[in-house]
Amino acid sequence: MAMLHTVNKSPYQCNTLESCLNHTQEGDVVLLIEDGVYAAAKGGRAADALAAAKGVKICALSADVKARGLDGRIIDGVEIVDYAGFVDLVTETDKTQAWL
Amino acid sequence: MKLGIVVLEGPYQHEAADTAYNFAVAALEKGHEVFRVFFYHDGVNNATRLMVPPQDDRHIQQRWSELAEKHNLDLVVCVAAAQRRGILDEDEQGRHGKDANNIAPGFRISGLGQLIEAGIQCDRLVFFGD
Amino acid sequence: MSDVKKFLYVNRKAPHGTIYALESLEVVLIGAAFEQDVALAFLDDGVFQLLKGWDTSELGSKNFQPAYTALGDYDIQKVYVERESLEERGLSEDDLLEMVYEDEDDDWAEKSSIRIVSREELAKIMQDSDVVLSF
Repeated sequence: MAMLHTVNKSPYQCNTLESCLNHTQEGDVVLLIEDGVYAAAKGGRAADALAAAKGVKICALSADVKARGLDGRIIDGVEIVDYAGFVDLVTETDKTQAWL
Repeated sequence: MKLGIVVLEGPYQHEAADTAYNFAVAALEKGHEVFRVFFYHDGVNNATRLMVPPQDDRHIQQRWSELAEKHNLDLVVCVAAAQRRGILDEDEQGRHGKDANNIAPGFRISGLGQLIEAGIQCDRLVFFGD
Repeated sequence: MSDVKKFLYVNRKAPHGTIYALESLEVVLIGAAFEQDVALAFLDDGVFQLLKGWDTSELGSKNFQPAYTALGDYDIQKVYVERESLEERGLSEDDLLEMVYEDEDDDWAEKSSIRIVSREELAKIMQDSDVVLSF
């Protein structure tokens, strides 16, 4: 029973990512989309929290990474997926929760 | 797989309107069925045919309408949310005595029950909002 | 799979600042007619939706708080409120609206719909649901 969580806010603006990570279970996937991708930028305070998330797979949407000039600046361990990969994550998990 | 998509934010204002569209295109390309796209909150503004974006930008309403035509998509705009924000079809125009309507081709106005039904019928329901 | 799905409405936003709280409530009210297994979750700023004592007269918008207390009439019996979110905001259960339903299995006794749950319990409730509607 794995769940996909989407996070679309910058962790420097609000606690959405923190709240999401507080409610994930082992085997879940967190997909960073829109401003959510800033969480995975190298050198940022939020990237440490992401790297510390255990048992959860972290992904980031490539269109949003590239649009923001973050290509090549994403920390190791975060998988970059395109929209087709987003669709796969939705269908491979049991349900999706958007952390709006 | 049967997918439902919910759009809660308006065009050009919030990226959610773009993310939802790009997700829908990718899902269709992968051979999934998009059972319904439901527009709610400011998402209903995606359905006005009166938007006139600059020519060098994407036309958010038109590309939904084109996608709907190509794949026979069911684009549903919530009636309560639409009325609040001035999105009307011909029926609603008549019912409320307005001098115009603005719903774009491929979209239809219906009730919130359509969202619940999508939740019941679809294998996955994906929300895009603020 | 049975025809009844577990719907969980997740509310994480404060009322008034945006329309998310009001229009979420409208979905819940309509959805109640579909005879699914419905639960509501309030966490993060969403707990402010249940803080009693709204007065929107000076703001000039509709006070939709009474609709929350009417949810029991729509047979909504499970309203989960996250304890940690309350505590972080200096709130306790006493600060919240009274929300009740009539228990058909207990001679229609009036019971509170509000269930204060820990973060960990709420995570399990999310995991256990079939459809998560986020507002």
